[in-house]
Amino acid sequence: MPRLHTGDLLDRYYLPDRLPTIWCPGCGLGTATAAFLRGFDQAGIDRDKTVLVNGIGCSGRTAAYLDFDVLKGTHGRAIAFATGIKLFRPELTVVVMAGDGDTLAIGGNHFIHAARRDLDITVILLNNQIYGMTGGQVSPTTPSGAKASTAPTGFSEQPFDACKLAEAAGASYVARATVHHTQLLTRLVRDALRHQGFSLVEVISQCPQQYGRWNRSGTALDMLDWQKEHAVRAEKATNMSPQELADKFIIGEIVNQ
Amino acid sequence: MTRELLQGNEACVEAAIAAGVRFFAGYPITPATEIAERLAWRLPQVDGVFIQMEDEIGSIAACIGASVAGAKAMTATSGPGVSLMLENLGFAVISETPLVVVNVMRGGPSTGLPTFPAQMDVMQARWGAHGDYPVVAYAPSSVRETYDLTVQAINAAEMLRTPTFVLSDAMVGHMREAIDLPDPSGLNLMERSRPEPDEEDFAPHRAGGDGSDIPPIARFGDGFRFHVDSNVHDEYGFPATERHDIADQLIRRLNNKVNAYADELIIVEEIQLEDAEVAIFAFGSTARSAREAVEMARAKGLRVGLLKAMTLWPFPQKHVERITQRVNAWVVPEMNLGQMVNEVRVVVRGRSPVYQLNRVDGLLIEPQQILMLIEQQVLSQMQEVT
Repeated sequence: MPRLHTGDLLDRYYLPDRLPTIWCPGCGLGTATAAFLRGFDQAGIDRDKTVLVNGIGCSGRTAAYLDFDVLKGTHGRAIAFATGIKLFRPELTVVVMAGDGDTLAIGGNHFIHAARRDLDITVILLNNQIYGMTGGQVSPTTPSGAKASTAPTGFSEQPFDACKLAEAAGASYVARATVHHTQLLTRLVRDALRHQGFSLVEVISQCPQQYGRWNRSGTALDMLDWQKEHAVRAEKATNMSPQELADKFIIGEIVNQ
Repeated sequence: MTRELLQGNEACVEAAIAAGVRFFAGYPITPATEIAERLAWRLPQVDGVFIQMEDEIGSIAACIGASVAGAKAMTATSGPGVSLMLENLGFAVISETPLVVVNVMRGGPSTGLPTFPAQMDVMQARWGAHGDYPVVAYAPSSVRETYDLTVQAINAAEMLRTPTFVLSDAMVGHMREAIDLPDPSGLNLMERSRPEPDEEDFAPHRAGGDGSDIPPIARFGDGFRFHVDSNVHDEYGFPATERHDIADQLIRRLNNKVNAYADELIIVEEIQLEDAEVAIFAFGSTARSAREAVEMARAKGLRVGLLKAMTLWPFPQKHVERITQRVNAWVVPEMNLGQMVNEVRVVVRGRSPVYQLNRVDGLLIEPQQILMLIEQQVLSQMQEVT
């Protein structure tokens, strides 16, 4: 039997037989999943009344290692599956864990409509700004100018801001954290799970193998440093000029209605 | 029993309610919209859930989610909507999730002829999604049959843990007939089998390989902590994408399920076939014209009969085989350029001529057309041979 070395709390939630994960060295998804589990634990929700719904791709394996009721369906439709589960069984806590391509490209329609309905589900959007599993193609959150296998000279389009998109569509709880800011992430997950209505927690994560190699971003630790240097707390951002915020992104609670 | 004047689409709704459907997600589309409209007020009356989704992909996905959460679930659309649903139809197959898709067929391809009937989607229902998978499909030719076959489709989905189709069409869906609605308490309803609540080693896909063994289905939120996965998966639902033996077993078992129950699933009506020289194979609205053609032919002393297929998939091979041994020719009228006729030909294997009669202009095949084909081609050819 494989042993877990994550500490007692997380051992309760993982399926040891399913490990190790498929993720590359340095990937942020393991850290993000652990922070999710800590936040879930703090929220005090009954695990047996919780359903995790995964998308497809690297982030579509986050629930595969976990001892919950889990649905991993087709690419882009995680929120639509979650809609059916939640509407028929409102007493269940329904959490979608999916990537940037899944949620904002192929599944963008379901994302904005679930936010518009203020459907009482939580979406953990694992945003590594690239399609990792298929080998490093641009996603709707790839920054302008960044390189990818389908943008070898740099991405000529502009990316989505998932939090602004969710807010504009009507989401009543919107927050962002990074894999670097795990304590913040844990707290935001807890609050999002307790929130009544559509809640989004965007997690800025790193993909050193695909995004990092195309963009010479260095090691996973370098990419974590990048997250630290470019993230600005929501409270602090209110006192900063647009120029100061130009190459930054906001973390923390952005909408809570 | 109450007598009501209903559209085919309305009868479909009443059947769904009576058979226990408690979740519907759909998207407006002609000529299926009345199903969603009626369910929007009928479902809340029985504590069911109705939602109009943002598209057909989301509609079938929401139905799958609700079904895994315990609901008898249904969606209704027409050909363009089915095209969008097909990827998730495959997901319902591989995850063994019961679900009913009603396709009120209209002319295609693409937007096609939205307000006119067609039978162009029978092969789409069978083969439309990628991968090798089974389907069950029923084709009603009247309002009452729409009711009965909707119940059958729901039963088959629940019994086999697989998606099923009702293939209606714009004519059957929109016409009104007075029907006697059966007392719902008298309906023979199938309920999905559930695991024992204290089952220690629950495996949602554990079953023998011949397909006759349908594994019980658990419900999310009941403490089983089971995984539902769109990949090839093992009996616990965990991905097994590098296990060729498991892949082989799973894909064969999913297909065998429908084959194993084919005799129970197949519903046909045999009309005046006992002494027939010429057999018509027809389904849906076309079966009404075919029936009339049989009566007109009989009035002229021509020995013509009809095999009316109410189940299209699995195909009623045994019936076609038995009748082929007696008749000298088959006639297959259908509102497409020849789809089910090829299924008939596969069974007939050249033993007798198989004539096709096709119409794709959005109008019904008329009884006179069928009769004319029989008189002018089928019978005259037969005389030449003898």
